[in-house]
Amino acid sequence: MTNEEIKAKIIGQIYEIAPEHEGEKIPEDENIQRSLEIDSFDFLNLLTALNDELGVEVPEADYSEVDTLEHMTDYFAKHMS
Amino acid sequence: MEETRIKKNPADFSLEPNMASYETTYNSFLWESVAKEFEGLPSGGLNIAHEAIDRHANGPLADKTALVWLGEKGEKRTFTFAEMKKESARFANVLKTLGFEKGERVYTLSGRLPELYIGAMGILKNGSVMCPLFSQFGPEPILQRMQRGDARGLLTTQRLYEKKIAPQMDKLPELRTVLLIDAEEDLNENVLSLPRLMEKASDSFEIVPTEAEDMSLLHFTSGTTGMPKGVIHVHKAMYTHWATGKYVLDLHPDDVYWCTADPGWVTGTSYGIIAPWLHGVTNIVNEAEFDAERWYAVLQDYRVSVWYTAPTAIRRLMRLDIDPLESYDLSALRLVQSVGEPLNPEAVVWGVEKLKMPIHDNWWQTETGGIMIANYLSEDVKPGSMGRPLPGIVAAVVRQNEDGTVTEITEAGKDGDLALRPGWPSMFRGYLHNDEKYKKSFVDGWYISGDLAYKDTDGYFWFVGRADDIIKTSGHMVGPFEVESALMEHPAVAEVGVIGKPDPLIGQIVKAFVSLKSGYEASEKLKRELIGFGRKKLGAAVAPKEIEFQEDLPKTRSGKIMRRLLKARELGLPEGDTSTLEK
Repeated sequence: MTNEEIKAKIIGQIYEIAPEHEGEKIPEDENIQRSLEIDSFDFLNLLTALNDELGVEVPEADYSEVDTLEHMTDYFAKHMS
Repeated sequence: MEETRIKKNPADFSLEPNMASYETTYNSFLWESVAKEFEGLPSGGLNIAHEAIDRHANGPLADKTALVWLGEKGEKRTFTFAEMKKESARFANVLKTLGFEKGERVYTLSGRLPELYIGAMGILKNGSVMCPLFSQFGPEPILQRMQRGDARGLLTTQRLYEKKIAPQMDKLPELRTVLLIDAEEDLNENVLSLPRLMEKASDSFEIVPTEAEDMSLLHFTSGTTGMPKGVIHVHKAMYTHWATGKYVLDLHPDDVYWCTADPGWVTGTSYGIIAPWLHGVTNIVNEAEFDAERWYAVLQDYRVSVWYTAPTAIRRLMRLDIDPLESYDLSALRLVQSVGEPLNPEAVVWGVEKLKMPIHDNWWQTETGGIMIANYLSEDVKPGSMGRPLPGIVAAVVRQNEDGTVTEITEAGKDGDLALRPGWPSMFRGYLHNDEKYKKSFVDGWYISGDLAYKDTDGYFWFVGRADDIIKTSGHMVGPFEVESALMEHPAVAEVGVIGKPDPLIGQIVKAFVSLKSGYEASEKLKRELIGFGRKKLGAAVAPKEIEFQEDLPKTRSGKIMRRLLKARELGLPEGDTSTLEK
């Protein structure tokens, strides 16, 4: 899967969890929780859904590596290969 | 009944606890004796900001660090008590110049930025009333709270203003001034750049004389049948903040203290701002949201000794697959307290295993203003119990009788209403503009908390549940009525019932049951639309996380939706008394 495809999957799941952002452009390099105002429960659900979809579990210790859309994409790309 | 007990051994304490024996302190404590801990204003009045900041700035603690602020992107700013005095004086001068008067409500809507803490002290110095809002609220809860509390001023950031305030300024005609923390220029004559005003303001300010019974803070709390209520607190509340700082948080002069709560909620003001500073203790503020590794790093790098956090955070730390004491130097840490919702026994025991100390649970509410029932450093902990009443507090489990009287339940293990004898200093002095509701909180000489509990043979209290439909999610109270009202505004929605659905991580999640108007069909698409609709209006902290469509919601004969029944059905519990159910 290319980085662009992974990113599209992430964005798709963001729209699922926070449908109020449906269709909006998700900023690449801003903290996802803060810029989209999703709380930590939403964020956990997002990672759980992505685990189901992409088969990569993000352990709690790595949460700082998935803080932005860009970082999250890189993280999944790295761990999927 | 739970019989596990975590024994305390005085030899394990690195510092002698302020309270050596609970019984001795409880039996001898008098609130009047706390008065001598405060200096008072030169005019003879009492003001929280004077006791928290200026008193120390004028004495030997002037150059001691009052605030260590840790920014989300790794920035760090520190302020001594002397600097906090000057900065808060500037802020008070800004308010004074803008015509803010004693008793007027100045709201705050901001992440945990230094200006929020400076602003809190500045507002109190000006004799105005601080009214904190949670920055993750959506536009609707913000509007409700600002209208109900007669907001005259607002301290916020540019982003939050543009997103949540500007679109509804026309609904807030009494809001005179908005101060923007991060704007270099004024937006218009009412929306002003705070840095520009601060730059011009004098750093000396004579605190507006306030009395012990003058309003200091107004926090909003959720109602079960109506919109949120403004809970009035007064300057004298600091007696409780001081006493709990001493006996529950066990604050000593050289402590480094970190309260993880946001000042949008009462823990974040009473214990994130006021209590540590009353004791002249260095206060850590972390702007970022929960991140397990970062939090451990803060505890380590700043040598935090007393930590006040929440069950949700502890449960997240428990998910981390590390041994914290091997990965981090937490040798300074000597006390962990937790509040927000009852801490599960496993989490208390996890503390013993992983941090070599139990997590101490405690209990209180927005209305009580400060900690009322707690586990103490020097006392044994029973995992799952909220502990015993603070010295100066009389707590009981009571039964409300039909004739309006109250009977104390003395039998151990028997459930009832958790009640307090009125008169403690931080007791709320009213619900703003709602005297009737305030009076109803007191029955036959007791404040009825709305929580259900029992007491064991050793006098420890145990939480049982809520007496009403209030939802506790991530430690925050959410009123079902507020959520239902917002969803009802969607054209497809006929009826809504909102409940708290148990969740192992955050206590409860907000779940809405919705019946649709004719012409609308239940679908995944509509469900998503409603979730988005709720989130846009209410914000993620309040909006439902789950929606379920039902053709008919259970109602009483008078047409009221029976949330209790929705909840019982959700949990697969017996439906109880359904005699009022509409057939």
